[in-house]
Amino acid sequence: MDKKIINVKELTAAYGDNVIIDNISFDVVKGEKFVILGGSGCGKSTLLKHMIGLYRPAHGSILIEGDNIAKAEGQDRIEILKNIGVAYQSGALFGSMTVLENVMLPLEQYTNLSKESIDLIARMKLNLVGLTGSEEKSPSELSGGMIKRAALARAMALDPDILFLDEPSAGLDPITSAELDQLINQLAKSLGVTFVIVTHELNSIYNIADRVIMLDKDTKGIIATGDPEYLRDNSEIPIVQKFFKRQTDDQLDR
Amino acid sequence: MTKPHSTTSPPSLQTITEDNSTLKLKIKGALNTYTTSKIWTDSLTAIKTSKPSQLIVDGSEIDYCDTAGIAFFTNLQIRQEQLGGNFKVEGLSDEINKLYKLFNAEQLKEPDDSDSIHSENKIEAAGRWGYQAWEEIQVNIIFTGRVTVALIKAMLRPDKIRWKDVLITCEKFGANALFIIALVNFLVGLVIAFQSAVPMKQYGAQIFVADLLVIAYFKELGPLMTAFVVNGRSGSAFAAELGTMKVNEELDALDTMGLDPVPFLVVPKVIASVLMLPLLTVFGNLFGLLGGLVVMFSLGFTLETYLNQLTIAATYGMLISGLFKTLFFAVIIAGVGCLAGMRAAKGPSAVGDAATRAVVVGIVLMIVVDGIFGVIYYILGI
Repeated sequence: MDKKIINVKELTAAYGDNVIIDNISFDVVKGEKFVILGGSGCGKSTLLKHMIGLYRPAHGSILIEGDNIAKAEGQDRIEILKNIGVAYQSGALFGSMTVLENVMLPLEQYTNLSKESIDLIARMKLNLVGLTGSEEKSPSELSGGMIKRAALARAMALDPDILFLDEPSAGLDPITSAELDQLINQLAKSLGVTFVIVTHELNSIYNIADRVIMLDKDTKGIIATGDPEYLRDNSEIPIVQKFFKRQTDDQLDR
Repeated sequence: MTKPHSTTSPPSLQTITEDNSTLKLKIKGALNTYTTSKIWTDSLTAIKTSKPSQLIVDGSEIDYCDTAGIAFFTNLQIRQEQLGGNFKVEGLSDEINKLYKLFNAEQLKEPDDSDSIHSENKIEAAGRWGYQAWEEIQVNIIFTGRVTVALIKAMLRPDKIRWKDVLITCEKFGANALFIIALVNFLVGLVIAFQSAVPMKQYGAQIFVADLLVIAYFKELGPLMTAFVVNGRSGSAFAAELGTMKVNEELDALDTMGLDPVPFLVVPKVIASVLMLPLLTVFGNLFGLLGGLVVMFSLGFTLETYLNQLTIAATYGMLISGLFKTLFFAVIIAGVGCLAGMRAAKGPSAVGDAATRAVVVGIVLMIVVDGIFGVIYYILGI
């Protein structure tokens, strides 16, 4: 049986009294490219932020390789975080550092490697994402696609088992988006890393996803799960059909 | 339909009562943003007066209608339905009818907020204020604790301090502020000396302006004026920097890397502030006394006389007591600025609000601390 690297159990996420996600459970298999999708406001980013330990859930657990990140504190939490990497929608690169320094930061904090070694590892990560030559640039000098790649390189700095990507294609033109999708596929194949990606870009979903879950704003839960092409062709749930076929109610009725 | 000119005369309204329960409004002309207001008011008055069970708008002679006109029909419909009556529009041209059908009166009704609290009574308001104030105090106490622990750890492991960030902050906080510190303190010294010279002239005591100035400057004015200027300059900059990092998810990125932003971002700024503010205060004191010198020259005193008075009046105790306060002011400036930035909300005004908050809270806290020191020094006889 495929090993489950993430187990989400009975997760409820809320901002005060406003419940965003209600009692969902799902697993992510080691090595798969798992996509969380859904319409705007369905709670995709909220779910991701709970999975990376930024928010505490109102109820439920999130096991990352057996450890519950929802309840971990102090050094236990840091140990879990060292095994995951996060690339934010905006990149979230530190503006006061160069691209190389951004990638070096996690290595400096958590390893006993020499500066030279850290420098080399960071350059290798940037090379993996196609940013050789941009090491000394500051984030403000990068294009949108380059920012995403640099963020990915930083997320991979400690060779984590799981990479979380929040809307990696947001704000990118179709060609750059396709190139990023290709990069994600290459990294998954060559490094064996598990990807958890939040997106609503259909092309990226078809290009990347091994398996998807679709969140729904109205039910505040998971409305569909499985292979994206299968869901597109076989789902009988109207909202799933609408999403995958990019159609409105009127178009669907025709 | 052709859009009328903005000076087109308003449409005419004819009210026809067809039977006791039916009111017809016959409208002729153009209904747009500029022309609809009078007819709107008149129609609502007509409905209020006659309270028809059936209201019909005859739009066959309306030659132009934009969304203002549609809003007028929709408002009539909602009012009529609230009064329990029926509403109908007839005779609209195809073009106007197409626009009319885009809107659904049901969706445009104001939401029923009868469940919401329209106004709290004073006790509830006081309770809410007290609760928020307590939360605010808690946040500040927790942050003070975190910074204190981080500073102690930094002192024990100085190799872990981000010295590059400390030096960059020293330059921005210290070196780049020299001109404004000099200017402000020079002018304040000049004004204080001048204002005190005027009443002292009556008693022939103008020579003691020097004494007054050096005592006031060393003990209070120098530390406070310098700290206020630096707070406005650097405290707000810290808040803006961290606020922008918050908005850009950089603080979240630190969090998910397991990095505590306090030792990473706040400690270098606190260290730089503590190193620089006493130096800036000495610099400010110098220019404050130079401002006084200008006034003394204008009163006919020599440099030797001025310096002689300064050295008689000033003591090392005064200088050191003033400089000691600046260590606390420095921690306040850096701490309050960073905390305001880290608590910035999302949205375009968030960073500005954080900067404002940093300056205002910083000033208030520094004055409170200054007051406490005043009492302590008085008791100690300093």
